[in-house]
Amino acid sequence: MSEKAESLCVTIRDFSLWYGDFQALQNVSLDIRDGIITSLIGPSGCGKTTLLRSLNRVNERYGNVTTSGDIHILGKNILDADVSLPELRKSVGIVFQRPNPLPISIYENIVFGLRIHSERRALGKSQLDEAVETALREVRLWDDLKDKLKERATSLQLEQQQKLCIARLLPLKPKVILMDEPCSALDVDGTRAVEELMAGMAGEYTILIVTHNMAQARRVSQECIFMLLGEIVEHDRTEQIFISPKNQKTIEYIEGRYG
Amino acid sequence: MEKVIEFIIRVCGISAVIFVFAIFGFVFWEGRELLISGEFNFWKFLFTKEWYPASESNPRFGVLALIAGTASVTVLAMAIAVPFGLGAAIYISEFCGSRLREALKVIIELLAAIPSVVWGFIGLTIMNELIMKLFGAPIGLTVLNGAIILALMSVPIIVSISEDALKAVPDSYREAAIGLGVTRWQMVYKVLLPSAKNGLLAAVLLGIGRAVGETMAVLMATGHAVHIPFDGTPPFFHPLDSVRTLTATIAAELGETARGSEHYQVLFVVGILLFSITFAVNLTADLVVKGIRDK
Repeated sequence: MSEKAESLCVTIRDFSLWYGDFQALQNVSLDIRDGIITSLIGPSGCGKTTLLRSLNRVNERYGNVTTSGDIHILGKNILDADVSLPELRKSVGIVFQRPNPLPISIYENIVFGLRIHSERRALGKSQLDEAVETALREVRLWDDLKDKLKERATSLQLEQQQKLCIARLLPLKPKVILMDEPCSALDVDGTRAVEELMAGMAGEYTILIVTHNMAQARRVSQECIFMLLGEIVEHDRTEQIFISPKNQKTIEYIEGRYG
Repeated sequence: MEKVIEFIIRVCGISAVIFVFAIFGFVFWEGRELLISGEFNFWKFLFTKEWYPASESNPRFGVLALIAGTASVTVLAMAIAVPFGLGAAIYISEFCGSRLREALKVIIELLAAIPSVVWGFIGLTIMNELIMKLFGAPIGLTVLNGAIILALMSVPIIVSISEDALKAVPDSYREAAIGLGVTRWQMVYKVLLPSAKNGLLAAVLLGIGRAVGETMAVLMATGHAVHIPFDGTPPFFHPLDSVRTLTATIAAELGETARGSEHYQVLFVVGILLFSITFAVNLTADLVVKGIRDK
C-alpha cells in the first residue's frame, strides 16, 4: 500500500464495539482511500456488517451499543457527542441487503432525502424534478422509469428497486456510500447491473461494500479487507489479497476451507 | 371422536354469526308492528326533535335530539381521544424503552377493564363538580362531561389497535428512513403514519363504535335532557348543554313501558337505528383493515 499517503476518506483508530456484553469489533484500525471501492469480506458473524453500519451509526438504533476509539470521516470524528446523526447519514448513505424503497411513488422516494433535510419552502418543483432526473440518470433508470414516476416504488422489479435505493441517496450528495450485501436479493442479471453501476460511481463516491461473495469482491473492489472474529486480518489491494495473501487465515478463507 | 370435536368447534365458530342475526332479528321483530303499520313515518321519526313518548293525548317520537346527543358526545369524545390515543400509541411503539412499553400496555389494558358504571360514577361526581367549578356551568352533567368519560373509555381500544398498526409497519421502512437521516419526528409523520394509516383509521372507527354504543356511563354523565346542543348562533355547538343519547333513552325508558305498546316498539326501532350505525362503523373499520392486507 505504498500509494496510501494520498487522500484518505475514512480513518478508523482502535475502534471497538459492544452489543451489551458481547464485543463485536476489537481494536479495528483502518484507512480507507478516497474514491475507490473497498470490499469487506469474511465469514458470517465476523463483524463486517457491524463495521459497515458503524460508519453512519445506523447500528445504534437497537440500543445497548457501546464503542471506544475513533472513526474519522473526512476529518471529523463521527463518534463525537456533538455529531448530528441526520447530517452524518446525509453524507454517509447506506444501501441495504434487501431493496427497501418506501411505499410511496418513485419520485417521492428520490426526493425523500431532500425533503427531510431542507425547509419546505427551499424546494421548488423544478429543483426536485431536476434532482429526480439526475439521480435516475446516474443509476441508469431514467429511460425505463421516466414515464412512471408516479407509480409505487414497491411495484418495481427487485433490480430496479435496488438501483432506486442507490438513486435516492444521490440528491443528498453523499461522500461515502455503504452497501450491505446489495446484490444478495438479486438474480445474476440484477447483480451484474448493480456491479456495473458501482464501477461507474467509483471515483465520485467512496464505496464500501460488504459481501459474502468472494468473486464479487474480486470483480468490483480495488481494495479488500478480510475480517475474522471482530478483527481485521488483512487489508490490501484486491488482487494482492486474492493472489498472494499474507495471512494463513486469509489463505484458508479464500480457498474456501471455512466460511 | 374426531368428528364430534370438529362438530363442536364448528358450532362455536358459527354461533357468533347466529347470535348476531338472532339479536338483529329479535330487535326487528319487537319493533315490527310499528314499522309496518301505516302510522309510522320514518322521516318524521328521524328528523323531528319532539320526543314525548309517554304523552297521553299526543305521543310524539322524534329522535333528532337523541341523534344529536349521541353525535355531539361521540364527536367531542373522539376529538379528545384520537390525539391522545394516537400519541400514546406512537410513544409506546416508537419512543419508549421495552420495560416502560410493557408497563404502559398493562396499564392501558387496565383502563379498558374499568366497568362503565364506574366511569358513570366518576362523571356524576368528580367531573360534575369539576365542570361546574371550572366553567361556571349551572350543572356539570353535560356533553363535555360525557365526552371526556367516553374518551377515556375509547382510548384503550384506539391505543392497542394503533399500536398493532404501527408495529406492523415493516422494519425495512424504518431502516430506509434512518439511513437517509430522518429525525424521530420525521420518522413518525413521514413514514409511520402514512404506512399505518389504514390501521390507524380502523382504530379510530372502532373507538367511534365504542363511543356510540356506550350506555351507562353517558346516561349518568350527560344530564339526560332531550336537547340539541347545536344552534344558529356562534359558537354553534354548546358542550356545556345537557343532552341525552339514543342508548341512554333505551336504557332509561324500556323498563317503564308496557310490553308491546307503541312506546315499547319505538324504543326497539331506536335500537335498530343504533344497531345500524354501529354495524356500519364496524363494517367500515373491517373493510379498511382488509384494505391493508390486500395491498
